[in-house]
Amino acid sequence: MADEPKVAPQEPAAPKPPWEEKPVPPVPADAREHPQVAEIAALVPDAVAEAVSFAGQVTVVVPAARLADVCRACKDRLDYKFLVDLTAVDWKERPEGRFDVVYWMHRHGKSQRLRLKVRIADGVELPSVTGIWKVANWMEREVFDMFGIYFGGHPNLERILTWEGFNGHPLRKDFPIEGIDTGAAIYPDVYPPGGGPKKEGGEPA
Amino acid sequence: MSPEVVRPFPDSEEMEISFGPQHPATHGVLRVMVKLDGEKIIEAKPIIGYLHRGTEKIFERETYNGAIPHTDRLDYTAAATNNQGLVGAVERLMGITVPPRAAYIRMMLAELQRIASHIIWLGTHALDIGAQTPFFYTFQEREKILDLYEDYCGARLTLNCMRVGGQPFDLPTGWTERCREFIEQFPARVAEWEGLLTNNRIWKQRTIGVGVISAADAIEWGLTGPPLRGSGVKWDIRKVFPYDHYDEVAFDIPTGEHGDTYDRYLVRMEEMRQSVRIVRQCLERLPDGPVLAKVPKVIKPPKGEIYFSVEGPKGELGYYIVSNGEANPHRMHVRPACFINLQALPEMVRGYLVADLIAVIGTLDIVLGEIDR
Repeated sequence: MADEPKVAPQEPAAPKPPWEEKPVPPVPADAREHPQVAEIAALVPDAVAEAVSFAGQVTVVVPAARLADVCRACKDRLDYKFLVDLTAVDWKERPEGRFDVVYWMHRHGKSQRLRLKVRIADGVELPSVTGIWKVANWMEREVFDMFGIYFGGHPNLERILTWEGFNGHPLRKDFPIEGIDTGAAIYPDVYPPGGGPKKEGGEPA
Repeated sequence: MSPEVVRPFPDSEEMEISFGPQHPATHGVLRVMVKLDGEKIIEAKPIIGYLHRGTEKIFERETYNGAIPHTDRLDYTAAATNNQGLVGAVERLMGITVPPRAAYIRMMLAELQRIASHIIWLGTHALDIGAQTPFFYTFQEREKILDLYEDYCGARLTLNCMRVGGQPFDLPTGWTERCREFIEQFPARVAEWEGLLTNNRIWKQRTIGVGVISAADAIEWGLTGPPLRGSGVKWDIRKVFPYDHYDEVAFDIPTGEHGDTYDRYLVRMEEMRQSVRIVRQCLERLPDGPVLAKVPKVIKPPKGEIYFSVEGPKGELGYYIVSNGEANPHRMHVRPACFINLQALPEMVRGYLVADLIAVIGTLDIVLGEIDR
């Protein structure tokens, strides 16, 4: 790809190929008018609190109260048959709710994807979408395990990657990255909740 | 779907056994609690997490390039495609265009990785259900691919062979010739393995009609990759959302019809041939030029979020990155193909025999490193 401009060296510099330019990052744009967002807004009233498109991906922020309705409408009426991913993000200090729960859906007919996002505070229960997409079962268990977000109506909301009785939710921002002493589950008197052996307690018995 | 559970002895007692986590046929540290009636599976419950290393937590303190070696250890039989997903996500978040030579090198590494991963699948899957011979033949070929990787980046398993913005190295002298040599002789090897298995009566008895999942169920359970294609859904990220230069090379998506273990076997065998086709085209079209774009020394993507996925050998491998505008991600989530595929296991084995459970675990081609993360 190099050395193309040799033929006319005196011309003003030929445009550089994009990989030699400084990268231009994508910018977020309002996406309320986007067809994928508009069709949701038409089906479910008050469904769209906010809509952003960034790097070609559309995100719709949905109020927690409307989540079940929106997911149901997306699956049954808008053909988002495939729930690709479900995860959460912890924004510890955010005033309007600590967690983002993120749903990433795909529809095969038009090959389009759409992201739903719900903002909830710590301790708030979200409706489970396992009744809508079966695949959400383990995903919600993982989010519960890692973030401690409860999904109401989940058939089997247990820890999945850590073990039963594990202390804490590892992907919360206040969980120490070096981990906690995992003896906490087995010897709660020696290893208090929150991690680390007792300072004054001395050696574990 | 699955055959009706008919209890041969209505007054017999159910038995619950723990299968794994140290059983060689579970391909790692998978444990399945199986409720049995005689040999028939009433319920199977996978228990996972034995290999959980907190990778997503570790990502949060790593820089973006520093996170790449951790992705090697997700699906450790397919490090190149794991790398490809991560760097692709960061590049889209930052708006970086990869030089074409780097993109072609990536595609070659990824397709060779797909072959290597399918080779492990074939060898171990056949071994699990009683065909010993393919195991020895397949690993000879995998060795040649690992040699190619060693030539390229020095590593054989945990490759760490891609960087944000391109490739860390250009191809070493003679690599393309050695690669061409490999792919020219490889289709004959696939034919040889198929000769051992495809019309083998025992193989067919063990795989046809076992672990059947319909196309609608496969989508409902979120299956991706060969398990989805085996059910007849023509769907491949490389075609649906092409990345790198997959839109410039010609290849087919093989699909099955019945969604059983045999069809998934045929799909993977054909995928190996298609990967050879892609590598051959890449070698022909491989352009000259730089292999690394002009990227800042410190990778700091803007505030925003991105999901980017590649077609890994096991299925759709996605990365969801939330950036705060800092040098390390606020949150980096992996959408693991094996984790989601494994979830359908109880559905696929209900009513079958214990021996079929082994076949279905093999056909799902799971790697616990990616499931547990």
